[in-house]
Amino acid sequence: MPSPSPDVFRIEVQVKPAFSDSRGNSALAELRGLGLAGLSKVRSVRGFALALPGGRAAAERIAREALADAVVDEATVLEADARPQAPAGFAHRIDIVKRKGVMDPAADGVLRAITALGEPVAGVRTYTAYLVAGTVSADKLADAAARALGNAAIEDIAVDAPHAIDPTTTGHGGAFTRVDVPLPGDDAQLLDVSKKGGLSLSLVEMQAIRKHFAELGRAPTDVELETIAQTWSEHCKHKTLAGAVNCDGRRYDNLLKETIFKATKDLARPWCISVFKDNAGVIAFDDRHHVTFKVETHNHPSAIEPYGGAGTGIGGVLRDTMGTGLGAKPIVSTDVFCFGPPDLPASEVPAGALHPRRVMKGVVAGVRDYGNRMGIPTANGALVFDRRFIGNPLVFCGSVGLLPADKVEKGARAGDRIVVVGGRTGRDGIHGATFSSRELHHESETLDSGAVQIGNAIQEKKVLDAQLQARDLGLYTCVTDCGAGGLSSAVGEMAEGLGAVVDLDRVPLKYDGLTYAEIWISEAQERMVLSVPPQHEAALLELFRREDVEATVIGTFTTSGRLELRYRGVEVGSLDLEFLHHGVPRVVRSATVKPGGEPEPTLADEVDLNATLERLFAQPDIASKEWVVHQYDHEVQAGSVIKPFVGPGQKTPSDAAVVRPKLDSFRGIAIGNGICPRVGDIDAYAMGLLAIDEAIRNVLAVGARFDECALLDNFCSASCERPEVLGAVVRVAEACRDAALAWQTPFISGKDSLNNEFRTQNGTVQIPTTILISSIALVVDVRHAVSSDFKRAGNAIVLLGLTRPELGGSAYYAMHGRLGRCPPRVDLVRAKAVFTALAKLTSERLVTSCHDLSDGGLAVALAEMAFSRGLGVDVDLAKVPAADGEEHAPSIERDDVLLFSESPTRFVLEIEPQRLRDVERILADVPHAVIGSVTGDGRVRATSLTGSRVLDADVQHLAHVFHHSLDLGSAMAQDAPRGHDKDSR
Amino acid sequence: MKPRILVLRAAGTNCDVETAFAFERYGAQATAMHVNRLTEKPALLAEFDGLALPGGFSYGDDIAAGKVLAIELLARLRDPLLALVDRGGIVLGICNGFQTLVKTGLLPGISARIGTQDVTLADNDSCRYEDRWVTMESVSPRSVFIEPGQRLHVPLAHGEGKYVAKDAATHKKIVDGGYVAFRYVTEDGGVASYPDNPNGSVDGVAGLVDATGRVMGLMPHPERAMFAVHSPSWTGAALREDDEGAGAVIFRNAVRALR
Repeated sequence: MPSPSPDVFRIEVQVKPAFSDSRGNSALAELRGLGLAGLSKVRSVRGFALALPGGRAAAERIAREALADAVVDEATVLEADARPQAPAGFAHRIDIVKRKGVMDPAADGVLRAITALGEPVAGVRTYTAYLVAGTVSADKLADAAARALGNAAIEDIAVDAPHAIDPTTTGHGGAFTRVDVPLPGDDAQLLDVSKKGGLSLSLVEMQAIRKHFAELGRAPTDVELETIAQTWSEHCKHKTLAGAVNCDGRRYDNLLKETIFKATKDLARPWCISVFKDNAGVIAFDDRHHVTFKVETHNHPSAIEPYGGAGTGIGGVLRDTMGTGLGAKPIVSTDVFCFGPPDLPASEVPAGALHPRRVMKGVVAGVRDYGNRMGIPTANGALVFDRRFIGNPLVFCGSVGLLPADKVEKGARAGDRIVVVGGRTGRDGIHGATFSSRELHHESETLDSGAVQIGNAIQEKKVLDAQLQARDLGLYTCVTDCGAGGLSSAVGEMAEGLGAVVDLDRVPLKYDGLTYAEIWISEAQERMVLSVPPQHEAALLELFRREDVEATVIGTFTTSGRLELRYRGVEVGSLDLEFLHHGVPRVVRSATVKPGGEPEPTLADEVDLNATLERLFAQPDIASKEWVVHQYDHEVQAGSVIKPFVGPGQKTPSDAAVVRPKLDSFRGIAIGNGICPRVGDIDAYAMGLLAIDEAIRNVLAVGARFDECALLDNFCSASCERPEVLGAVVRVAEACRDAALAWQTPFISGKDSLNNEFRTQNGTVQIPTTILISSIALVVDVRHAVSSDFKRAGNAIVLLGLTRPELGGSAYYAMHGRLGRCPPRVDLVRAKAVFTALAKLTSERLVTSCHDLSDGGLAVALAEMAFSRGLGVDVDLAKVPAADGEEHAPSIERDDVLLFSESPTRFVLEIEPQRLRDVERILADVPHAVIGSVTGDGRVRATSLTGSRVLDADVQHLAHVFHHSLDLGSAMAQDAPRGHDKDSR
Repeated sequence: MKPRILVLRAAGTNCDVETAFAFERYGAQATAMHVNRLTEKPALLAEFDGLALPGGFSYGDDIAAGKVLAIELLARLRDPLLALVDRGGIVLGICNGFQTLVKTGLLPGISARIGTQDVTLADNDSCRYEDRWVTMESVSPRSVFIEPGQRLHVPLAHGEGKYVAKDAATHKKIVDGGYVAFRYVTEDGGVASYPDNPNGSVDGVAGLVDATGRVMGLMPHPERAMFAVHSPSWTGAALREDDEGAGAVIFRNAVRALR
C-alpha cells in the first residue's frame, strides 16, 4: 500500500458518554449473541480518512462543523500515521475498513459537505471502529467481528492493529497492449482457455467460437471472447429453458416457447402490452399509463456478501424498470427470500457459508437501505426457510413501474450517440454474469469477491430523477440498463440489427489501471445506456449535469452489423452481431421426472390442538415477518392502500399489497406471490399449480379483478445437468402453461437461476427446485379493496372452496418432521369457478373481510383474522365443505386434518348477515358453507366432527406468539445507557 | 393568487412529489426545485411564499440525516431563508426535512435564529429503521399549521428520529417555551413508550416549531395520510365523502396561513 501523503487526517467521531450510542449497543448485542458473554460495553466510532490540502486547521473545522453532531457527538482529529488503540477502560479496538476498490457510498456526501464548507479536499474514505470493554481474547473477538460486524469478503477487519488508510483513489495505470487469444486445436486445451479466463463457456461453445474465428482467419481478442462469454452466459441467454429438452420421451425444441410463452400468445389478452421482450412485462393500467413488472434473483452475490448482494439485487431490478420502454418509474418493490433456519446451531454451518441469521439480517438490511433510499415502497414479500438454503440462499427482488402509454416503443437509430449515464466504471463486479452460472463452494467467499459489490442508492436515484426528465423531453430514442455483462451486454443488445462503434477510453473510470476488457465487462452499478440523436446531445448532457449526474458519449450506433471496440484509437474488437446474438450452439438436455414424497405418516391423535396451533404460529414460515416489514418504507410515494399488516395496530397479515400508483386517482393494483418448495419435494407439477393458485388467491382476496391478472415466473434450481432436476423444471413449466390457459392469466415476464448448489467438504447440497410466481392485478377502485382483519362480532364466516386431506408438504407435517405424499392438488376447473365467484363477490362489495388459506390451513387463517380488534371466532368443523365421496379423496375423519390441511383455492370470508342471501346466490355453484361466526370474546373456537370443543384458544396469546417468534432483534431501548436523557424527563 | 410553495429537492430526496401534491390539493401552487438551482441563484426564494423540505435521504444521509443539506443551506441560503420567515412565509420540514432544519439550527431556534444547533435527531433507540403508524398530539399554542390538542394517526419511517436536547435546561426551555409542535402519544392520548414512541425521543417529542409559529418540522409524514384509504384500518370504517385523511389538516392550515 502506498504511504499516505502528509495532508491526510483521520477524524474519529463518537457519541459523548452522556448520550446513548445505539450502534455500539447493537454491536454489543450481536457479539454477545455469538457467545462473548464477558463483554460489558461496546462504543462505536465513525471514522473518516480525509486528504486535505488545508491541513490540520481544515480538519478541525470539518470535524466540528460537518462530521460531529453539535449535540451528541465528540470528534478527535488524528494524523494519518496514527494507529489508534483502545483507550483507557476498553480492552480492544476493532477496525473495519472497506478494501480499496470496494464502493464507499458514504464518501459522496462527505465530499459534498466539505466542498460546501469551502474547504478543498483530495479524497475521502469512511470506516468504522468499535471500542470493546470486558474480557475476551483478541482472536475470539476478531472471529466474532468477522461474523457479526464486518465481512471479510470486502472488508479488512483488524483487532488492536488498525491499518493505514489511503483516502485517495489513484490506480496503477500502465502501458496498453492489445491481447489476442489464439484458440488451440486441441479440445482439452481449448476448454482450458475458457476455464482459465473464467468464461464459463462449454466445449461446444468454445468450438463454435474457434470455428467462427478460423473462418475469419484470425484469433479473437480477449475482449471479444469476454463479450461472447457474457452474451452467451446462462444468466443472459437462458440456454437451458430456451433450449431443447427430452423429458421421458416428451420432446421440446424450446421449453419456454412451447409452454409459458405459447400460453401467453394463445390467450392474446388485449391488456398485455409488451411481454417477454423488454426488461419487464408491460400491462395496461388506465388511459394514460401502463404498469411494468419484473422479478429477478440475486442469489450468489447474496450468499457471499448478503448486504451488498441484496442491495445490488434491488438496485438491478429497479434499473430493469428504468430500462423498460423508454423508462418506467418504479412505484413498488417486492422481495421474497429463502434462507436456512435462523435458529441453526453454529456448529452446523458448513465451512465457507455464513450463518442463516447473518444472511437474513444482511439481506434485509441491503434491501432496506437501497429501497428506502431510492424512495420505492417495499410493500410485499415472503420468507421461506429450509436447510438446503443455508449455503445458497434465494433472494428474489421485484419491481413494479409506471410507464406512460406513449413511451413503450423504443429503438436506437444509426447515428445516435451512445451515452453512458450514472456511476463510474471500476474493477468491481467483473464476471458477475458468468459467476452466477457456477456452483458456490467453500472458497467462493475469497475467490469470487470481485463479483460482489456494494450499491450506491443515491447515485441511482439521481439517475432516475434525471432520466425521467429526459424521457419526457424526448431526448433519447432507446435506453437499457447496465446489468450482468456491463456495457458489453447493454450496448450489444441495443446495437442488435444496427451496429456500434465504442471508444472504451472515453468511459469515465473510478480509478486508473483498468484494461480495456475490464472497462467493457465491468458490472459497476448504477449505470444506464441511452441512445441520443445528435441534435439532442447537448441538451441531454446539460440536463444530466444540472442534476449532478455524469453523462458521457462513448460511441455511436452504426449500420455496420458489427460491434467495433476501440481503445486509444486502436481497434481491440470487431464482432459480427449476428454471430454474437445467434451463434450460440443449441443445448439439448435430457430430463426425467422422479416421483418424490415419503409414505403418508400416521400421526398420533392430537390431544391438545390449542398447543398445536400455538406451536404452528412459532414456526418461522408462519410467524409474523414484522421484524422485516417494519424496516422497509412501505408508505413512501403515498400510494399504500392495503399494507403488509392491516387493522388497528397493524396486527393481521394481509394477503397482497394494494397500491395507488397515481395520487389523483383511486385506480390501483394488487401484488401477490406464491412459493411452496416443500410441495415440490413431492411433486413439481403440484408445486407449480399451487404457487400460481396462491399468487392469484392473494390478489383476489384483496378485491382485485380475476380477468385482468398477470403472472411472472422465477425458476430456481440446482444444476440442470442433472436430469431429475431438469425434469422437475419441465413439470413446473407445464404447470405454468396449464394454469395460464385454464384461468386466462397470462405470464408476462420471467427469469431463471439454474445453478444453485453449494459444495461442502461432505458433498454438494442442492436447493429444492423452487418456483416463485408473482401476480399483479387491477383494482378498479381501491376504496372497495378488502382487508383480512375481522370487523364485527355477529358476522358470518363463510369457507369458500373444498377441503381435502392434503397435508403433503404442509407446515403441520413439517412441524412433525414429516413430508407426506398427498400434496395440495389444484383442480383447474373448480378453481376457475371459485376465483370467478370471489371476484364477483368483491366487485359487488359483499365481502367484509377475506383471507386466503395457505400455510397452516384453516386454523391459522381464522386466528390471524382475529388478531386486530379483540374479536374471536367460533366454527363447526362438521360444516366444512370437504371432498366426501370424490374419487381418490377419502372422507376426512380427523379434526386436525380439517384444521391444518393446505388444500388450494380456499378463502375465509366474513359476511354481514343481511348480505348472506346475495352471497349464497353468487356462490350457488361452487363449494362453500357458512361454518360459524365472528364472536366478541377474543377466542378461536372450533367444534369437532363429533360435536365436542376441539379448539378453544386465546387470540391475544396466539397473537403474541405470532408477533414475537421471528425477531432477529437489535439493541433495544431498555438496554441503552440513557445518560442525561433520563434527567430531561 | 395561489400561495407559491417551493418544494426543495436534493440528491436522495424522495417525497417531493407527494409533498407538492398535498400543498396543491389545498390550493397552493407547488414547484419542485433542485437545490442546485437555488444555490446558483438564492434570490429565487424571494418568489415564493413558503418552503417545504420533503422527506428522503438527502445525500444519502451520509455523516448524519439531513446534515449535508443543512451545511449547504447554511453556507448559501442563510439570509434568504430568514427573509422568507420575516415576510410572513412558512417553512415545513417533514422527516428528512425536519432533520435538516434541526441541523441548521432554524428549529427550534432558541439560542439564535439560525446556525446554532441546540437539539438533534439521533439514531433510533432500536438502532433500526422503523416504518409504522403512530399517534401524535399537537402541543404548541402558536403553530400556524395546527391548533393544539389535535390527535393525528399518521405514518412515519426513519432510522434517525430520536429527539435529544443538549442538556436538561435546554429541553425545559423548549417545552416551557411552546417549541414542541407534536408529541407521540398512545392511541388514547397517554404517555407513549416503544413502539408508540418509535425512536425513544425524549418526552415523546415528534415535531418542533420556532418562535414565530411559522417554521415547523416533524418526523411523521402527514403527506402520506392525505386520504382515508392511507390508514391501515380504513377498511373497518365507512369512508367519509371527502376521503380525507388525518394529515390533510396540516396542509390546509399551511395554505390558509398564506392567504
